[in-house]
Amino acid sequence: MKRIVPLLLCAIMIFTMLPVQAKADDVTINVYNWGQYISDGTDGYIDVNKAFTEKTGIKVNYMTFDSNETMYTKLKTGGSTYDVIIPSDYMIARLIAEDMLEELDYSNIPNYALVDEAYKNTSYDPENKYSVPYTWGTVGVIYNKKYVSESDIGSWDLLWNEKYSGKILMFDNPRDAFAIAEFLLGIDINSEDQDELRSATYKLIEQKPLVQGYVMDQIFSKMEREEAWIAPYYAGDYLLMQQENPDLGFYFPKEGFNLFIDAACIPKGCQNKAAAEAYINFLCDPEISGENLDYLGYSTPISEAKQYMDPETAASEIAYPTEETLSNGRAFINLSEDTSRFTDSLWLQVKTQGGVDTYAIVCMCAVVVLLAAYFIIHGVRRKKRIANRCKRWKQ
Amino acid sequence: MKNKALAAPYLVWMALFTIVPLAIVAYYAFTDAATGEFTFANIANLGNYMPILIKSIWLALISSLICIVIGYPVAYFIANCKETTQRFLYMLVMLPMCISFLLRTLAWVALTEDTGIINNFITALGLQPLPLIRNNGAVVLGMVYNYLPYMIMPLYTVIMKIDRRLIEAAQDLGCNGVNVFKRVILPLSVPGIISGFTMVFVPAVSTFYISQKLGSSGTTLIGDVIESQFKTAYNPNLGAALSLILMVMIFICIGVMNRFGDEEEEVVTL
Repeated sequence: MKRIVPLLLCAIMIFTMLPVQAKADDVTINVYNWGQYISDGTDGYIDVNKAFTEKTGIKVNYMTFDSNETMYTKLKTGGSTYDVIIPSDYMIARLIAEDMLEELDYSNIPNYALVDEAYKNTSYDPENKYSVPYTWGTVGVIYNKKYVSESDIGSWDLLWNEKYSGKILMFDNPRDAFAIAEFLLGIDINSEDQDELRSATYKLIEQKPLVQGYVMDQIFSKMEREEAWIAPYYAGDYLLMQQENPDLGFYFPKEGFNLFIDAACIPKGCQNKAAAEAYINFLCDPEISGENLDYLGYSTPISEAKQYMDPETAASEIAYPTEETLSNGRAFINLSEDTSRFTDSLWLQVKTQGGVDTYAIVCMCAVVVLLAAYFIIHGVRRKKRIANRCKRWKQ
Repeated sequence: MKNKALAAPYLVWMALFTIVPLAIVAYYAFTDAATGEFTFANIANLGNYMPILIKSIWLALISSLICIVIGYPVAYFIANCKETTQRFLYMLVMLPMCISFLLRTLAWVALTEDTGIINNFITALGLQPLPLIRNNGAVVLGMVYNYLPYMIMPLYTVIMKIDRRLIEAAQDLGCNGVNVFKRVILPLSVPGIISGFTMVFVPAVSTFYISQKLGSSGTTLIGDVIESQFKTAYNPNLGAALSLILMVMIFICIGVMNRFGDEEEEVVTL
């Protein structure tokens, strides 16, 4: 009896680890998207995934990531399969270069025809084989009007302003963070020059003491609750935050800013390609895109979708900036693998800088010395004691 | 023979989920990310991360010591209560562990933030808000709070099992209260202190969540660096190398700690 119990426990452990087999007629697709990046039924807006399941019967297993790099690592390390992913432009180029995406069957995505010409034949997917645009947008500075004076705004240097030390947030991904330093230094954001990248690193290290934290989706709650006052982030998310805290303001820095397109792709290893394409097609439906992006605040690549939006959102100069503003925007291009690795190591340098704490090092040395002294003295005393006892015993 | 058969499932489990993964970690630590060839380059990187490693060990050491200072009297008190009270108090110590550790850390964030509950209260009184979060102190607080039960549990078990007759004998032979504690109870509870220390120190030195939530951009710990290598930078080789070094460091610290135990045992047996 005693022998059976551990065996039984082992068996239970192993069986619970086996994947549950889905029923054949029960199609589920795994969607991997940015956090806070789909209308999920909050505040009476549309619940996109639910609407898709109601229309097609296909279930959606929805998961989120917080940066392109996180998503890339997850895909690389494997262990999980995704049917639809929504990365940004430069990451799509990287995935294409590394042969990690499936070619799409556009006959299953008729709504692709509705996408504006400006978002086709892009630099990251020049032949329109792998991706369908989901949104586009810009990066700018979000600030709290209650604490930040109007005379300080206008440039990226607000993020280096010592007046607001400890109240500044910064991107927690190398690409977006380096771009800000590069704009400020007048370097091209797609630079592969090691010296230029190093000078951007020093700029970021210089900023570090003022930074409250390197965060991504946490920016929402920190800015809304006024725990932080200044943060660079995506314009669409500003519109969402502003509904929660009307004191928040936004501007496009004069040095230039990142202009991005996020697009839906199907990664290699996808289990239900037809269902995934149906999902992508559904996202491009003007009515769905309009209602979805009306909530999200990001900009739609489908002009026809604007008629389904709140006219105020569709006319917003932050979601749809003027041509003049947009001319200041720069898109990311995929960096070579060497430069990507180099940037990653520089980024780690930024993140670990300032960890040098002389106080801690001195204390640790003191602890080591004290321990050594303790063991030596103890050892000597013990020897003496044993010697004494031996002497007494002999007497 | 019978005992061996009972241990078999666990041995298989150990081999599959401890030894094999460790071998994989070692393999990654000594291979190049791009070419897959044998290299010491990952380990050689250690120089860059030494200050962070020392800082991590230092903060974990402080937390463990604070846990001993707080945990010992608590364990001593519980062990000396009536049996029913003991069970109740023991449950109280365990109770926080029923709630996710992530949630409890987030609760501390909500308490200590600049716009958090404590500072809101302070500003309501017309005082300046205190810098409670985003410093080393907050990280240590998070570690102590989260790992204190791991210190109290082994201490309580050991103190409870101390033979009362030994204490009575010491008192009969004229020992005063302080000396009974110093020369009888404390030496006998050393095994509890050592296992408690190990159980607090090991998770504290490799934590990353606590430092991310309660620390500042300057309190990056070695756990954060390792996490980032696996989560965003996709450099498992460097991550594995750092994990391996951390493991060696932990073994050294535990080894030093265990020497205290050996010494005490020898004194007792002599």
